[in-house]
Amino acid sequence: MKPKPLHFFSSPKGETSFFRLLRNRFLTGLCIALSLLTLVPLISIVILVIRNGLPLLSMNLFSQLPPAPGLEGGGFGNAIMGTLVMVGISLLLAVPLGVFSAVYINEYAPVSPVSSAVRFVAKLLTGIPSIICGVFAFAAVVMTSHHFSAIAGGVALAILILPIILLTTEQALMGVSSAYREASFGVGATAFQTIWRIVLPDAMPAIMTGVMLAVSRAAGETAPVLFTALFSQNWITSVLEPTASLSVLIYNFASLPYAYHIKLAWSASLVLVTVVTMTNILAQLIFSPKHR
Amino acid sequence: MSTEEHPIQIPNSTARPLELTDDFSPGETNFIKVDNFKFFYGKKEALHGINLEIPSRRVISFIGPSGCGKSTLLRNFNRMNELIPGVRHEGDITIHGTSIFDPSVEVIALRRRIGMVFQKSNPFPMSIYENIVYPLRIAGQGDRSVHDETVERCLCSAALWDEVKDRLHDSALGLSGGQMQRLCIARAIASSPEILLMDEPCSALDPIATAKVEELIIELKKDFTIVIVTHNMQQASRVSELTAFFYLGNLVEFDETRKIFTNPSKLQTEEYITGRFG
Amino acid sequence: MGGHFSNTGALSTLTQEYRRRPDFFRGACLFACILTVLLLVFIFGEILLKAWPAIHKFGFGFITGTQWSPNREVFGVLPVLIGTIASSFLALLVALPLGLAIALFLSEDFLPDPLRQVIRFVVELLAAIPSVVYGLWGIFVVIPLVQQYGTILSAHFGFLPLLAGPAYGNSLLTASLVLALMVLPTITAISRSSLVVVPYSLREGSYALGATRWETILRVILPTAAPGIVASAILAFGRAMGETMAVAMLIGNSQRLSWSLLSPSNTLSALLANQFAEADGIQISALMYAALLLVALTLVVNLAGEMVLRQTQRATAGLR
Repeated sequence: MKPKPLHFFSSPKGETSFFRLLRNRFLTGLCIALSLLTLVPLISIVILVIRNGLPLLSMNLFSQLPPAPGLEGGGFGNAIMGTLVMVGISLLLAVPLGVFSAVYINEYAPVSPVSSAVRFVAKLLTGIPSIICGVFAFAAVVMTSHHFSAIAGGVALAILILPIILLTTEQALMGVSSAYREASFGVGATAFQTIWRIVLPDAMPAIMTGVMLAVSRAAGETAPVLFTALFSQNWITSVLEPTASLSVLIYNFASLPYAYHIKLAWSASLVLVTVVTMTNILAQLIFSPKHR
Repeated sequence: MSTEEHPIQIPNSTARPLELTDDFSPGETNFIKVDNFKFFYGKKEALHGINLEIPSRRVISFIGPSGCGKSTLLRNFNRMNELIPGVRHEGDITIHGTSIFDPSVEVIALRRRIGMVFQKSNPFPMSIYENIVYPLRIAGQGDRSVHDETVERCLCSAALWDEVKDRLHDSALGLSGGQMQRLCIARAIASSPEILLMDEPCSALDPIATAKVEELIIELKKDFTIVIVTHNMQQASRVSELTAFFYLGNLVEFDETRKIFTNPSKLQTEEYITGRFG
Repeated sequence: MGGHFSNTGALSTLTQEYRRRPDFFRGACLFACILTVLLLVFIFGEILLKAWPAIHKFGFGFITGTQWSPNREVFGVLPVLIGTIASSFLALLVALPLGLAIALFLSEDFLPDPLRQVIRFVVELLAAIPSVVYGLWGIFVVIPLVQQYGTILSAHFGFLPLLAGPAYGNSLLTASLVLALMVLPTITAISRSSLVVVPYSLREGSYALGATRWETILRVILPTAAPGIVASAILAFGRAMGETMAVAMLIGNSQRLSWSLLSPSNTLSALLANQFAEADGIQISALMYAALLLVALTLVVNLAGEMVLRQTQRATAGLR
């Protein structure tokens, strides 16, 4: 037999094929290049936050008050305190509400008008801009009490994290095997005993993940506390007065013309980014794989 | 190479003589030639030195239990296995005397010469018309009249024209399972290949759709060399003229289908055919 | 989504079991649910109530008005509305190609898996960085860059209204670039998940017809995943509109209408952030009105995105 020419399996119009392969390579290169391009700003952010934030980092930052404009020295102990207090208040409000609601919609009445309404509300709340939480807290708390306060900031943050807690808890409860529930009922436990002693403990790691994510989100947010807790140069003495927070401190100091204050803003960013990232990573670690 | 050396004694078949002599030119007995071909998934050797010669314009079925390597070999003919990371091969496969692994062979051109139909029909989520002109479009053929002509020709060949001619621009996903598979066959022949590879084309179809596709296969062998992997031995005996039985990565027996199913020369083949394993 | 119902079969008998013995805890949980639902009503009600004086006073003219001067008690948000939509749109324009490229990069096997994991981690990290830190970074990195290159651009292309000078660092462009970075994770995550559900059989089918990888991507994979990608763009647009702090720090907060990307502008959320703390009287009410507009905009956009996404899930379910 006579072998066909070697180019039998080249395309009849060789050139077209050449350009097709060329275009293929070009697009692959482009795609990789664009993907790597996004590394640039991120690396820039990380490097700047570390480089500008590190020099000032010392225990003083955590224990001292911010300096008066134009002066140097001091830290942002009050802002850290304020952030902790407000995140705490928000958890106090949102965790019971979110977890109990999730228990109802997953354990008591998975298919009911109330549950659909709650799921719908949670979805809507996830989508509304964070500043709206602040606007609401301003209207409902600040305008009523005539004071900017840690409470108002906490309320705003609570609305922000409520859907996170509610939806992750619902997911966590869904992950609990119904065999556990059946077994518990089988030995004569009541609904309350079953949920409290079997279902919730089993779902706890996943619920904790949700709470950690919520903490990380709340600690990093500025908009909800900006005009609800406002800011303060002093230590927090009462939850009913204006309160400093790390994020608002960054916002306020970033636009000041004083070098030291700007350095403080970078250091606060370093602390904030570290805390937020660590909480995030910790949240993923807690999450036990069996719930996946 | 002459017919006498050929391992398959095709002209001597007795019971139901294949019409091999009609349009059978001796030069085409080894249209596809597999030469001591080994294939590896990572470290695992899936094919252990296969030797096989496939004549043109016939239907050849590959049978054997799951994991015997029949699909692996099939997917090497159009180098689809290269998409899997960590695979390699030894030996050679030639078509028309040209090694398909030759560096000068362009995979995209090779695959246009060799159509493939998959186990699960995979029409693209576009219109029936666009599905068929897809191979033309990617090759840079933009002529509307060529498109129209190809769509009609391929749909007719796939015995689908009458069923869909009034809704060519409807989504292909609205077709029935059997129609989808025939559309995939029509699409596979749109780039005028010489070889059609079918990887269990009927395993997801109901008996009526299966019968239609089988009819089609028999019809198509006039124009194409068809290699079909199947689990269904009735199907192999119905549609194919030659059958290769694979077992554990080896080609156990390759012969006329009739002989394989009535009087296999190897014990393993007989055991498989009679359903004692597999 | 369908997950809710996967175990309801087993649960429904359990639910009956629960029902037979009503308990205090059930009441508490139901109460929490009612509170949650009422909360939403309360949020909208409260904002509407506080906005009412402004709605009553300014009516529709609030939306079409171009002046915002609290001293004269004249409030119109048209420039801010335009700024909101323009900055979000511009951000999307930048972020969509990048996000899509990353989504493809993550769903295709161009490079070995470890490298892809790195990129994925990086994108997730982008999502975790607080908005205010983006703002701080923007002030010290993006503003000088935009100022420098913007001046050059407007010197050469100043005849184009979009690039008319003088070039400010605090500008629509600066805010949009940083916004693009911030919505990138949204686009990447949703696009990626709609790309990976494109059945492998379609890729296989395309390769077997002699298509190259990119012919397959452009002609089969992207069209199949298109609804999901559109949804990702819509949801990213919604996110961009609601994003506050970085924008407030970078956009320049000017209510003046301008065609130029290099001029200061403003967005609804930045307006709220800047003015709420010091507002009083009718200005608070006007800001509440603006907040209501922001909620309405994001709500409409988010609902549209969700609907497209749901449609996608149904369509790809049909492909299986």
